[in-house]
Amino acid sequence: MAYPNDYRYTKEHEWIQVKGNTALVGITDHAQESLGDIVFVELPKVGAQLKKGDTFGTVESVKAVSDLYAPASGKVVEINGDLTQSPENINKDAHGSWMVKLELADAKEADSLLSSADYETYIKEEQ
Amino acid sequence: MSDKDIKKATRHVNQNEGLIFERSSPGKKAYRLAPLDVPEVDYKKVLGAAAREDLGNMPEVSEMEIIRHFTRLSTWNYAIDLGMYPLGSCTMKYNPRVNEVVARLYGLAEAHPYQPEKISQGALRIMKTLSEALIEITGMDAITLQPAAGAHGEMTGILLMRAFLQSKGNPRKKILIPDSAHGTNPATAAICGYAVENLKSNAHGMVDISALAAQMNEDVAGLMLTNPNTLGIFEQEIHKIADILHEKGGLLYMDGANMNALVGKTRPGDFGVDVMHLNLHKTFSTPHGGGGPGCGPVACKKFLEPFLPQPVMVEKADGTLGFDYNRPQSVGRVRMFYGNFGMHVRALAYILANGPDGLRQTTEDAVLNANYIRKKLEGDYELPYKSASMHEVVFSDRIQAQKGVKTGDIAKRLIDYGFHPYTVSFPLVVHGALMIEPTESESLEELNLLVDAMKSIAREAEEDPEMVKNAPYMTRVSRLDETAAARKPVLRWRPAQAQSASE
Amino acid sequence: MRYLPKSPADREQMVREIGIRSIDDLFAPIPAEYRLNRDLKVPRQMAESEIIDYFRQRAETNAAGYAVFLGAGAYHHYRPVIIDSLISRGEFLTAYTPYQAEISQGTLQAIFEFQTMISELTGMEVANASMYDGSTGAAEAIMMAVRITGRKSALVARSVHPEYREVMHTYSQHQGLPIAEFNFLENGRVDMRDLEKKISADTACVLIQSPNFFGTIEDVTAVADLVHSKGALLVVSIAEALSLGIVKPPSEADIVSMESQSFGVPLGFGGPYAGVLATKEKFVRQIPGRLVGETKDKNGKRGFVLTLSTREQHIRREKATSNICTNQALIATMATIYMTVYGREGLKELAKQNLAKAAYAAGQFGRKSKILFEGAPRFNEFVVQTEKDPHEANNRLLEKKVIGGFPLKRFYPELGNAAVWCCTELNTKEQIDAAVQAVGQ
Repeated sequence: MAYPNDYRYTKEHEWIQVKGNTALVGITDHAQESLGDIVFVELPKVGAQLKKGDTFGTVESVKAVSDLYAPASGKVVEINGDLTQSPENINKDAHGSWMVKLELADAKEADSLLSSADYETYIKEEQ
Repeated sequence: MSDKDIKKATRHVNQNEGLIFERSSPGKKAYRLAPLDVPEVDYKKVLGAAAREDLGNMPEVSEMEIIRHFTRLSTWNYAIDLGMYPLGSCTMKYNPRVNEVVARLYGLAEAHPYQPEKISQGALRIMKTLSEALIEITGMDAITLQPAAGAHGEMTGILLMRAFLQSKGNPRKKILIPDSAHGTNPATAAICGYAVENLKSNAHGMVDISALAAQMNEDVAGLMLTNPNTLGIFEQEIHKIADILHEKGGLLYMDGANMNALVGKTRPGDFGVDVMHLNLHKTFSTPHGGGGPGCGPVACKKFLEPFLPQPVMVEKADGTLGFDYNRPQSVGRVRMFYGNFGMHVRALAYILANGPDGLRQTTEDAVLNANYIRKKLEGDYELPYKSASMHEVVFSDRIQAQKGVKTGDIAKRLIDYGFHPYTVSFPLVVHGALMIEPTESESLEELNLLVDAMKSIAREAEEDPEMVKNAPYMTRVSRLDETAAARKPVLRWRPAQAQSASE
Repeated sequence: MRYLPKSPADREQMVREIGIRSIDDLFAPIPAEYRLNRDLKVPRQMAESEIIDYFRQRAETNAAGYAVFLGAGAYHHYRPVIIDSLISRGEFLTAYTPYQAEISQGTLQAIFEFQTMISELTGMEVANASMYDGSTGAAEAIMMAVRITGRKSALVARSVHPEYREVMHTYSQHQGLPIAEFNFLENGRVDMRDLEKKISADTACVLIQSPNFFGTIEDVTAVADLVHSKGALLVVSIAEALSLGIVKPPSEADIVSMESQSFGVPLGFGGPYAGVLATKEKFVRQIPGRLVGETKDKNGKRGFVLTLSTREQHIRREKATSNICTNQALIATMATIYMTVYGREGLKELAKQNLAKAAYAAGQFGRKSKILFEGAPRFNEFVVQTEKDPHEANNRLLEKKVIGGFPLKRFYPELGNAAVWCCTELNTKEQIDAAVQAVGQ
């Protein structure tokens, strides 16, 4: 699956799509593939304040569980409730399945994260 | 697929059986009560608002149906009594039947935990004799039999360490845990209020001494070490490890899960361990029972004794035994009453059946069996660590994975060959681990059957990987959909299911 | 050694094939200074007949043949013989945890049935595959409530089994989780005013036991209303499971922690027993311990698997819901068989007999001694207060092969010379009358 150019990526395998001073956050296709069939997603409450690097939830497959780390600081203004009912959507389309919508504290903070090309190089090296 | 190389098992008819609730119908009974010899009481009147209306969907069946129901269920299980059960780290040895007989003796099985001590001397003497034997076997000074399982013992042991350090003024913040450790170790440290710091293994699969020295400081309460470790490798520099900890005021905890490699050959108390737990359901032959009950006594050095869970058994001046509840420094009670006494009886029966010579021979045979398997399968399966094996051997699926066959697939195929699989994907330090612990209970013939089966599966993985990946074929159910089970959990039967799900 | 299936020739052959000189070579990794070069000082190897004799002698000095009036967390009920014949089958007895579902369907289905029956009896939606026992289960229930609510303290009734409370304290002491206690009233029930005074916005849960340590059945509904109005969870601990045959299940609770020893598990001087946690479906991901779930295989056939295991220590390590690894599968199987034998009608009939025996005994004792905690319903236990220390009467009773009630002074000095007595279906009228007479002397 392609890694969209307008997303930024973390080494913990989250993606972030910044639009003005808000952003959508999800996990990468690589992350969903290494987890396997996802069975459960735990998301924060709307209104939660996150600092970059905070854990904001978990994603579970049958045999593994992974913490979700905030790629940027901000307030959670919306969560994707569909995912708690249909976590399999993440396996089908990881880059289309956003988990939380953040109101960013600093719209530029995400600029320092990995570009799609850098991230693809990173996951190749990791293997 | 072909069964031509399967020597140990044959397909045979086994019975279908629904859930017990699906057999139930009103008016069937499997009991008869003795007539009431006191006046009857109207429970609805006595209990008033607290009275129960009915018992919902509890079953109503006859005794004959119960016997068939559970007997049929039992035939769907694999068990040590059927054949080799080489689960690494679990020590699936023979569970002697005399243990079961003595545990059920009237007077032991029917003893109430609060009956007066003067009429409990038999039970107390059994606990005392077992305690003495386990202290001798571990080379420690004191013991508690209270913990109900291995992980419960870990908690007790770490609490002892914490209480001791606290008495010196500082409980400290961290516990070091090797990357090869059982998952219970970090979970235990967390419950006891410690942060967990990972300790990397070296290229030989042992504790990296220089890393340990670098990580050890006055913030570290101690190290939780399994020895032999989960790779089946004895930590040769064990005393250096203990010294590094002790120099900085830390303690060495030993997870005794792998004691079956050591009994009668060496003693943790002699090589620097301060506190450890034993798994009576592993090393001392009490039955696993489909996942419990276990029993996890904790043995420790003299300086930790004041902190043991209360009550502690004491021998009085007149030679009788009793419990001492006045233990001001105790970490507290970890379980009600005195622990899993039924397991104490069984473990002592095992020790008596063996004696010193039998215990030593048992350890030797366990180690001999593991090394035989290692020798026979090396080459067919990758051996990631070449250090000498004790009671278990860890291979990896690296060779088979080239064809897409993973350790989990090989395990499922081994079921078709009539064996319970080895431990899959553990320890985590080995990618695609196959962890094999034969125990002393296997004959040369059974070992050879396992070796042949594993070699045959290695060939199948090479020639027909898809077939292996879809195993097992000989079981009453094929691979189960674990994803569906976790996404929409169905954890109990409900009446509405009855129509759709009957077999 | 009779458990070891090898001849000397087998060992020699294996040594040869491994390519070593002797078995001792395999122990070379153990530094020489730590190798034990002597026999362990344990009793010599015994014949099977000697082992049986040894334990028979111990058993004979251990209260065989006494009538028992002790309850207090361990109950003397009749155990139908088919329990032992079924759980003695090697396929149940000598199997491991059912991780390999295809060859463990027997254990898995039995546990699924256990979970179902416990849910039915406790009025909860789901139950786990069992815990070590009632005391550790109660401690785990408090930790579970902390995870659910994010609050950091707990309130426990003083009428909860004292040893349960000690275990809770041991578990919680290093988790920044203070546990405070609240009192009971003269009728034996919890003191609602004291509870209301002590409950706060930081209270994760309130834990009560019903029937409590004195045998009194709590007003669970009233306690639940108060607790819930403060945003806390209610945990109900049940030590005498058989009470559920006639006592309304604590459906208003958020978590029920039950000891299932009463269901066909031998007293066994205190263990092994089996605890179990039951709760609402919405809390299931916070429950500790194993869970069995229903699913289908590739051909659509019903089967059972261990599920939601990402909560557990082998995957989550230090972030797990608990460090618990084993459950008490064999004991849970005993309980399942017991619940099946008595079933929907039998559990009720049996519970009614217990109620009648205890009511009769309390009435008889009440003629000469004081029965405490009148005014609220009881099940099969009651507290007798005497003029003299109950140990005296108990010593007299021992000579008549009767074990009297459990003296309460150690845990409740304010109750004076009181003891909690228990009558089950196994206590005959004759035994009760003899006990009453001896205590009244």
